[in-house]
Amino acid sequence: MENKLKKVDLIFCKTCQDDIEVVRKALQRNPDEIINEIIDSGLKGRGGAGFPTGLKWKFARAQQSDIKYVVCNADEGEPGTFKDREILDVVLTTVLAGMAIFAYCIGAKEGYIYLRAEYNFMLNKLNATVEEFNKKLKDLGLSFEIQIRSGAGAYVCGEESALFESIEGKRGEPRNKPPFPTVVGLFGKPTVINNVETFVYTAMINHLGAARFKELGTQDSRGSKVFSISGDTPKAGIYELELGMTVEDFVKEFGDGDTKAVQVGGASGHCVPRKKFENTIIGFEGIPTGGSMMLFNSSRSMYNVLKDYLEFFTEESCGQCTPCRVGCQQLLKGIEAVKRGERPASYLEELKKLAQSMRIAAKCGLGQSVANPFISIVDNFKEEIIY
Amino acid sequence: MTDVQAILEKVTTKYGKQRSALMPALQAIVKEKNYLSDEDIVAVAKTFDLSTAEVYGTATFYTFLDTVPRGKYVIRVCKTISCHMSGKDEIIEALQNTLKIKVGETTVDKKFSLLTANCMGWCHKGPVMLVNDDVYPELTPQKAIEIIQSYQQK
Repeated sequence: MENKLKKVDLIFCKTCQDDIEVVRKALQRNPDEIINEIIDSGLKGRGGAGFPTGLKWKFARAQQSDIKYVVCNADEGEPGTFKDREILDVVLTTVLAGMAIFAYCIGAKEGYIYLRAEYNFMLNKLNATVEEFNKKLKDLGLSFEIQIRSGAGAYVCGEESALFESIEGKRGEPRNKPPFPTVVGLFGKPTVINNVETFVYTAMINHLGAARFKELGTQDSRGSKVFSISGDTPKAGIYELELGMTVEDFVKEFGDGDTKAVQVGGASGHCVPRKKFENTIIGFEGIPTGGSMMLFNSSRSMYNVLKDYLEFFTEESCGQCTPCRVGCQQLLKGIEAVKRGERPASYLEELKKLAQSMRIAAKCGLGQSVANPFISIVDNFKEEIIY
Repeated sequence: MTDVQAILEKVTTKYGKQRSALMPALQAIVKEKNYLSDEDIVAVAKTFDLSTAEVYGTATFYTFLDTVPRGKYVIRVCKTISCHMSGKDEIIEALQNTLKIKVGETTVDKKFSLLTANCMGWCHKGPVMLVNDDVYPELTPQKAIEIIQSYQQK
C-alpha cells in the first residue's frame, strides 16, 4: 500500500528567506490585509489547543488600548514535546519576524518570549540574537522591542494566563476565562499569545502567501506541523509533516513493527490503540496535537504509562482548584488500588466519572485534559490496568 | 559568596522595582547562591515592597526556585515517560552510588544535590539530566558518572 505520509520542509528551510526583509515587506502592507491573509490560510495555533490564529489577531487589533503586548509561548513542557527548542535554536529570527509583523498589525510596542527554565542553556545565544533583531527593527522604523523571560520549572505556566501571572512576578496560577487574553492579558492589557511554531508559520504565510500553505493539509487542518517523535521508534526526532494523515500512515513510517499504541498530543493527549490506527486522523478533525507523538510497543505496560502520566499531573497541578488538585491524586491512588486488588475492576468506571467531572469542573486546560489519557488508556487497555 | 544586596541592585537596575522584576530577582539569587535563604527572601520583600509571605509564596510555586539549601551543582534527572522508558532508573542508581546520597539529598561537601524533574524536552534523546543550566542528553550510567566526575574536579 502506498504511504500517504508527506514530509515537508518549510520551517527549517532557512535559505528561502531573509527574515528582516519579510518584516520590511510586511510593513508596506495594510494590517487588515495581513490579518485577512492569515485567516484565509486557515492556520490554527500550533501549541495544541488549535484556536484560529488569524481570528485571535483580529480580536486583538479590534481592542482599543494604548498598550498591547505580543507574547511568544516557549514554555514547552508537554511530555513528549521538544520541537520548540529546535525551532528557537535553528530559526529564531523567523519567530521574531512573526512577532514583529504581528506587533505592527495591532500596534504593540513590547514583546515577550517566555522560555522554560530547562532551556536556559540557550539563553545567552537567544538574547544576543534578540538584541540584534531589536536593533534591525528600530532601523526599519518599527517601534517594537522583544525581551526574553525565563520560567522556573512549572508545567502549568504553559497555560497562557498562568504564563502572564509568572511574567508579572506571581505564582503561575491560571486565571478565570473570560476575559480572554486578547481583551485582558499581560499586565491587564490586550495581548496575543502564540506558540513558537505558530509565529514561524505566520511569518512564512506572509512571505510565501496563503495559497502555498493551503496546498497542504485538509479542510479542517491546513498546512504542515512540526512533530516531536519519541518512544519505541527507530526514528525518534523532529519532523515537519503534512497534517491530515492517519495514525496508520504514521506508524508505518515511524513504528518499530510492534507498535501497540500511540499517544497523540503528549501526556494530556489521547492514546490510540492499534485497532484504531486506520480510522484515526492526526489533525483537528481527529485528534489534535501540539506535536507530541509517543509510540509504545508490546513490551510496555500501559498501566505504567498511565501511572507515569498521573504522577506527572499530580505534581504539576498548581493546586488552585479542587477538581484538579484532588482529582489527579485520587485517579492515581485509584488505579494503584485496582492494581493491588484492593478495589474491584468496576471501580475504574467510578474513576472515569471523576475524570469526566474534572473535564467540566477544572479551571484550566491542565485539569480538564487529564481525562483524555485516563479514559483513552483505561478504555482501550483495561486488562493491563487491572491485572 | 555574593552579597544578596549586590545581586538585587543589579536586577533592579535592569528590570526596575515593580513586581514583574520579582522572578528575575529570585532567579538571579538562586543562580549565585544555589537557593533562597529566609534572609534572602526578607531582603527581596523589602526591595520590592512586598510582604515576605508574598515572596515566599511565589518562590515556592516554582520547582527551580529552591528554598532549602542546595549544593553548588544541582543535578536534575528527568523522570517522565520517555526517559523512564530509556532507563532513567539506572542513571539515578549510578548517581546515587557515586555521590553516596539519595534523591533529594545534598553531598556533605555541599557540592552536589541530586533531584528528579519532570519532562525536560529531550524525549528523543533520553535519558537526560541537567547540571545547573547545562544539559546532558543520551546518557548511560557510565557517561553520567564521568560527567559528575568532571564537575568534581572543578
